[in-house]
Amino acid sequence: MTSLTLNHYLLASGLLFSIGFAGVLLRRNIITIFMCLELMLNAANLSLVAFSRFHIGADGLPNYNAQVLVFFIITVAAAEVAVGLAIIVALYRARQTTHVEDLVSLKF
Amino acid sequence: MESTLPWLILLSPLASALLILLFAHRSKALSVLLSLSAVFIALGASLLLVKNATDTLTSIPWIDLGPALKLGIGLKVDALTRVMLLVVTGVGTLVHVYSTVYMAEDEGKSRFFGALSLFMFSMLGIVLADNLAMMFIFWELVGVSSFLLIGHWFTKESAAKAANKAFLTNRIGDFGFMSGILLVWSTVGTVEFAGIQENLAKLTANPTFLTLAGLCLFCGAVGKSAQMPLHVWLPDAMEGPTPVSALIHAATMVAAGVYMLARIFFILEPSATALAVIASVGAITALMAALMATQQNDIKRILAYSTLSQLGLMVAGIGVGAWGASMFHLFTHAFFKALLFLGSGAVIHALHHEQDIWKMGGLRKTMPKTFLTFAIGTLALTGMPFLAGFFSKEAILLAAWHKSLTIFAAGLLTSLLTAFYMTRLVVVAFFGHARTDAASHGHDCPAGMTVPLLILAVLSVIAGYAGFAEAIFGKELFHHVHAAAPVALVPGLALGAFVIGTIGAWILYHPAIKDPAIFKDAYRIKDPVRIPLFANKFYIDEIYHALIAGTQDMLAGFLGWFDHFILDGVIVRGICAITWGAGYTLRLLQFGNLQGYAFFFGAGVVVLLYILTK
Repeated sequence: MTSLTLNHYLLASGLLFSIGFAGVLLRRNIITIFMCLELMLNAANLSLVAFSRFHIGADGLPNYNAQVLVFFIITVAAAEVAVGLAIIVALYRARQTTHVEDLVSLKF
Repeated sequence: MESTLPWLILLSPLASALLILLFAHRSKALSVLLSLSAVFIALGASLLLVKNATDTLTSIPWIDLGPALKLGIGLKVDALTRVMLLVVTGVGTLVHVYSTVYMAEDEGKSRFFGALSLFMFSMLGIVLADNLAMMFIFWELVGVSSFLLIGHWFTKESAAKAANKAFLTNRIGDFGFMSGILLVWSTVGTVEFAGIQENLAKLTANPTFLTLAGLCLFCGAVGKSAQMPLHVWLPDAMEGPTPVSALIHAATMVAAGVYMLARIFFILEPSATALAVIASVGAITALMAALMATQQNDIKRILAYSTLSQLGLMVAGIGVGAWGASMFHLFTHAFFKALLFLGSGAVIHALHHEQDIWKMGGLRKTMPKTFLTFAIGTLALTGMPFLAGFFSKEAILLAAWHKSLTIFAAGLLTSLLTAFYMTRLVVVAFFGHARTDAASHGHDCPAGMTVPLLILAVLSVIAGYAGFAEAIFGKELFHHVHAAAPVALVPGLALGAFVIGTIGAWILYHPAIKDPAIFKDAYRIKDPVRIPLFANKFYIDEIYHALIAGTQDMLAGFLGWFDHFILDGVIVRGICAITWGAGYTLRLLQFGNLQGYAFFFGAGVVVLLYILTK
């Protein structure tokens, strides 16, 4: 059996990140865009956990710094979701739409 | 006592000027009283100094910047100072007395006497100064008081302009003077006359530098003593009241340049070049001013050009090394030129401000005392034997004879022309019959004006005699006056010049004023000699005007262009256009599409990653 290496994880993480970014660029519904953003954050989380797992120190333990960072990201993401969804709800109430193409009034 | 007298002389006019300015200016009588008492105190103290004839030097420390510059307010009294003190306070006193009558009706009498006191203070400061820096300060103060007095009737545009002209022209010379002082100080390290004289070797070590310093100092004299090419202010300064012309623009202030040259003669002496330049400038001024004087019609302007010419002679005397003779001529000239100016003032006063000699005539009979004194002054100036001018002018000519025949010839020609134009003035103004109403009602002025004339007339006669002059100059200084070996030919030639000039003018002008045509049309000038070049003063004023106006127009045009196109156009508008343009360009990026922004953001990250990982 071929064991999973760091590169496999990074590849998966990069794929997830790209999918997320493509979603942010291409989807029109703002809630979908928001979900894609979460996907990008989690892609980053995945790579961080992988780094932690494959970076074994002299004492035989993984480097927990990366995992701590993951927790921070999860916390921030949760806070972001709370704020972001509230904004989207407020936006929908004001404009009756969640399509980014209709939200172009802030321009030259 | 000896050392307090100079302070008394210097400070009493200052006190008078301050008191008049601060408190007494509302009361004309009080102002006159203050000013008169100050000048009498100064005169009395000066006479005491001359009587005692001891040299003193008192100094109080003023600026102390270590060894580089130590400056005191010092008053130096020596033979040279005593002569000048007597001239300044003597003529000053007579002019003060004369002014009380001449300016009796003037609105600004208090202002006039205040300025007169200020002038006395500054002039005495120049005379008493023991260092160049102090002399320069008083030099400038003299310029200020001269400005105030020329512009006394400042509501008259010509007077205001003349005052400006005098001040600005003097500034040019003063700049040279200041440069000269700095040059001397930079080498010698002191500005005190005694200190410079002690360390003269430091200065003479570099002849070029010495010449430069000497000529820079001479620039100051060129401005103040109205030598070519800065002479243009003096004739215009005649816009001031006539007593001012007598005191400042004939007897004292304009003589300050000559006095200064005599004072610093030890700096000039080692440089033959500097002396040659000074002699040439003096001779050219003497000759050209005399030529201009022959064609003027304003009584005061003739005298002004005559003053220029005589100052030129004194400067030329310095240039040929005869500083003693120059000081002697300064001494005698102060008396007879003040006399002539005050005499012309009496005429102007009696004729209700008529200054054109062709509108006078016959004053010999209507103003006998004025005529008598004026004639004495004229003869003294033109070099009549046994009068003051003859002796002093001869002393300068004698020195020139030994040194340079060109200068001597110029001096001799000047003497001839002097006799010519002064005789013309006297004949036209005083002889014949009155040509206007005003002239026929001429009368001698009150005693306040005629007594100074008489005193000056006496002085004009006796000032040249060795006995009188030596008493004032002192033996040692008087020795310098007649330093040159006598040559029999020189007085003979001088006498010849006097006779030819006088008789020539008499032959030309005496018939002219008898010409009946002149009475029919008194306002048409019947001058038998007409030389426009001289009448228009060699067009020097016009040339200056064209030069200054031309350069000013060019400069103004250029500055206008610079302001409009460079400052406004390129700098101000340019910065505005760049900012605005950049803002406009960047604004195009705000296109409102959220996903577009995200795309650029992503692209930016990719570019950054590419750059960082390259």
